[in-house]
Amino acid sequence: MTEKKLANSQLGSLDYDPAPESASIARLKPSYGLFINGEFTDPSRHEQFVTLNPATEETLATVAQASAVDVDAAVSAARKAYETVWSKTTGAERSKYLFRIARLIQERSRELAVVETLDNGKPIRESRDIDIPLAAAHFFYYAGWADKLDHAGFGANPQPIGVAGQIIPWNFPLLMAAWKLAPALAAGNTCVLKPAETTPLSALILAEILQQAELPAGVVNIVTGDGSTGAALVDHRGVDKIAFTGSTDVGRLIQQRVAVSQKRLTLELGGKGANIVFEDAPIDEMIEGIIDGIFFNQGHVCCAGSRLLVQESVADEVLRRLVRRVEQLRLGDPMDKNTDVGAINSAQQLARIEELTEFGESEGATRYTSSCELPEKGYWFAPTVFANVSQSHRIAREEIFGPVLSVLTFRTPEEAVAKANNTNYGLACGVWSEKGSRTLWVAERLSAGVIWANTYNRFDPTSPFGGVRESGFGREGGRHGLEAYLNV
Amino acid sequence: MPAVESETQLRALLTALSGVDAVGVEARAAKLATRSIKKSTKMKAIDLAISMVDLTTLEGADTPGRVRSLCAKALRPDPRDSSVPSVAAVCVYPDLVAPARSALGTASVAVASVATAFPSGRASLNVKLLDVREAVEAGADEIDMVIDRGAFLSGRLGQVFDEVVAVKEACGEAHLKVILETGELVTYDNVRRASWLAMLGGADFIKTSTGKVSVNATPPVALVMLEAVRDFAETTGRIVGVKVAGGIRNTKDAMKYLVLVNETVGSTWLTPELFRFGASSLLNDLLMQRLKQQRGAYVRPDEFSGD
Amino acid sequence: MSDGRLDVRKTYKLLINGAFPRSESGRSYEVAAASGEFLANVAQGSRKDLRDAVAAARSAQAKWWGSSAYNRGQVIYRLAEMAESRRDELAEHVALAEGLSTKKAQRSVDRAIDRMVWYAGWTDKIAQVFGGANPVAGPFFNFSLPTPSGVVGVVASQDSSLEGFIDEVLAPICAGNTVVVVASERRPTPSILIGEMTATSDFPAGVLNIVTGFTKELAAVLASHEDVDGIDLAGVDGDEASELSITAAASIKRVLRPSDRDTAATTRRLRAFIETSTVWHTIGQ
Repeated sequence: MTEKKLANSQLGSLDYDPAPESASIARLKPSYGLFINGEFTDPSRHEQFVTLNPATEETLATVAQASAVDVDAAVSAARKAYETVWSKTTGAERSKYLFRIARLIQERSRELAVVETLDNGKPIRESRDIDIPLAAAHFFYYAGWADKLDHAGFGANPQPIGVAGQIIPWNFPLLMAAWKLAPALAAGNTCVLKPAETTPLSALILAEILQQAELPAGVVNIVTGDGSTGAALVDHRGVDKIAFTGSTDVGRLIQQRVAVSQKRLTLELGGKGANIVFEDAPIDEMIEGIIDGIFFNQGHVCCAGSRLLVQESVADEVLRRLVRRVEQLRLGDPMDKNTDVGAINSAQQLARIEELTEFGESEGATRYTSSCELPEKGYWFAPTVFANVSQSHRIAREEIFGPVLSVLTFRTPEEAVAKANNTNYGLACGVWSEKGSRTLWVAERLSAGVIWANTYNRFDPTSPFGGVRESGFGREGGRHGLEAYLNV
Repeated sequence: MPAVESETQLRALLTALSGVDAVGVEARAAKLATRSIKKSTKMKAIDLAISMVDLTTLEGADTPGRVRSLCAKALRPDPRDSSVPSVAAVCVYPDLVAPARSALGTASVAVASVATAFPSGRASLNVKLLDVREAVEAGADEIDMVIDRGAFLSGRLGQVFDEVVAVKEACGEAHLKVILETGELVTYDNVRRASWLAMLGGADFIKTSTGKVSVNATPPVALVMLEAVRDFAETTGRIVGVKVAGGIRNTKDAMKYLVLVNETVGSTWLTPELFRFGASSLLNDLLMQRLKQQRGAYVRPDEFSGD
Repeated sequence: MSDGRLDVRKTYKLLINGAFPRSESGRSYEVAAASGEFLANVAQGSRKDLRDAVAAARSAQAKWWGSSAYNRGQVIYRLAEMAESRRDELAEHVALAEGLSTKKAQRSVDRAIDRMVWYAGWTDKIAQVFGGANPVAGPFFNFSLPTPSGVVGVVASQDSSLEGFIDEVLAPICAGNTVVVVASERRPTPSILIGEMTATSDFPAGVLNIVTGFTKELAAVLASHEDVDGIDLAGVDGDEASELSITAAASIKRVLRPSDRDTAATTRRLRAFIETSTVWHTIGQ
């Protein structure tokens, strides 16, 4: 057996031909109205804005810009539906509506996955295998709570709050809509949902699904628009509860604005998740977990493992394997089934990532960036790892919300915990070790709402999700997720 | 090459290897199974897979006639199309090596023989070595041995290691595949350790299974073994091949394994010299898919010979 | 028979391991409507049929519990979909069996379907409502998990031909148990229809097994069968129930006696066939 040089080994050289999913199933209309009181309507000022495909910069459709007048109409519709219909609908009936919606999402799953990828830029494999199935599952789960709220642990016969105003981000558009609507409706509330400006389309398809499910008019209203639409919703006196997922900066503003009105509030904000790797971590699965933690969804994940805290004794080996693995990531056409890393959602987000990454270099960290080719058109950022990062560096403290990993080291479990907690955020962390007792020891000391052990970025409708400190308050998912929507 | 001078040292070496998280490795294998292999990639991959097949017959009822028929198919899988590559090897029991050798002559298709009281491995070392020597004398180019799983699972690692070394010696010029019987090892940690043990003992190939038990090759097991050969190559400079056997029935399965090789160890291993499929019915499915790609329509199984 | 056309009458068979056999004994018995009118010949199940059913239930149980709670919920929800699509047929059978008006029978069917939906939504909540972390005094992570008892025998209520049946079989099933049910002796046909519907609901074979026949004979077999972990005596009362309880005690079965608290959607039935398993794990560097 002759010995061959490993240096010639080319990973991934079985070239995969393009395997594009067809976009024709999307059946997109050229323009969409607002969804108010069960119908699509023109906005009061007849203003539309464009939504782009971030991978190609092509226009997908125009959607309506909701003004304060439109928001008012939506809230009124929600209020009327609450008082005259939904609050008189039994839990068993609400349950059946939600089961219908879950089923319809499953039936239209391919269409929804394609629309999500076109509008958001995420790989079709992710929208097909993760976003859409989880959205359906979320509706299934909460459907089953609607008729058994007595058993939710909040006392007998808990009541809804009323009208919920819900503002969602662009990173998991349909899934975030499901996370907001399902528990609210199960608990008996009516909703006004404001999708993100750059990703309105899947919510509008969801509106069609709600019509197919024959959900009574006004129970869910969807108002597309920019930040002003969201502000109008937050300020509206007819809204009893606000749920917001987005950046900590905007969350702060919202909390200030509702402080006086005492609206109920839940916030799911940013994070700077620490993925803690001990020397006895299962090495290959850990590398996958680090990669998944920061490059899944192009790093546009509030709970991303954007900091790697690796035990010093294995730091070099881990970094070596990490860099090798990053080179293998396939970046490109999100509609290609073999793509791992898709497009950055907007020019604005790309600019922010670039700015912070430049800082990383100037602060003295060592940069490794994938040599993958970036397409000509569209918004792209090559997966990047910064080694030799210090706690004081901006890239260790600020949320980049992009495919950029900062690597720091530690020596003892206590130090790992201290470094992980040395942030104003507190959303998610990962712990990698085969020693259960230490994993649990670390977990109970981490200031985080979600802790993943030997895995990362796992979501389930039964599992409560949310942060501590400046990552927000309130939980979504699980029995706990009902609390925000009950008057208890 | 780390020297293995005692069982204690061997045990220390093997237990120092990283553990495998079962959920993680299965998730990775499942994700890689979603790779979409189409068009020209698929054509290339099908031909590659054909060239990697160890066309196997390991039945009590085997005869020289059956073996001769198998060899003809191994050389020319599709008699009407000479562009179809030959397979890598035929794989038979030791007492059928001679008819295989004479049917194949000096052709490129190798003669692989199972040995060492295949499939159970339950016989004395003397008997097992004699089994190997006779197969080699009869003309086998490759020997597929089984490790002693009983010894492995009861911690007699030194014994397992010594047997691999002894068999390697008895192979002479023939190259050695070591069958781990991963279905009986059960855990991924065991698979990783057994892989390293076999490679340290001199294996040219590590092989998943005999195909004679209920659990044979699976993608996560193959992934663990591929990671082991990668790490072994980096540590020692020696490159060992991987053979997956048992339960690979169709082209879709074969494509999954090629993707695993591609994305774990890369193109160096994408050759019959370093990767094999131990299979029997797989070949016909590969031929059917090849023809379908050419004709653009689904084909009848009867297009191809049964053996 | 309408306008000269002869109708094709149905044979009412058992449901064992996903198949619909006649009784191995070859026997059948006459079932009449509440009015006394002949309804059908229904299989008269034997102890051997029950034996086979229990074996099927046992063999299916590990896999049923091993599937995700989400999956179990979807399977039960699909049963509700099937039942909804055959609502009229079910109502007709309930009306005949119980002597109800069409309207009352329809309402009973609707309640039964809503109960199926209720149970479909329980599968992925049981762990959260009946399990949880326990704050023990010491450096241990301690959590309690509700697990199924295993194979549950049900003697279905005699009078409530559909609603009672649904509640009695779905409660243990949604908690991860598999079930062998002795259907109502005099009013078995709605439950046989449900059995048919499980075949198109992705119910794995053996999860629900239905044996029709004479209650006294069959209940005694279930109660004494050692490989049955729990028994619901909804369809027997008084002295008979006590006798069966004594028989069941020989193998320390979990026994559920009928109660008037069972008509509303309570969790009594759900909890009856759940075993709590508590795990301790040290916490330390």
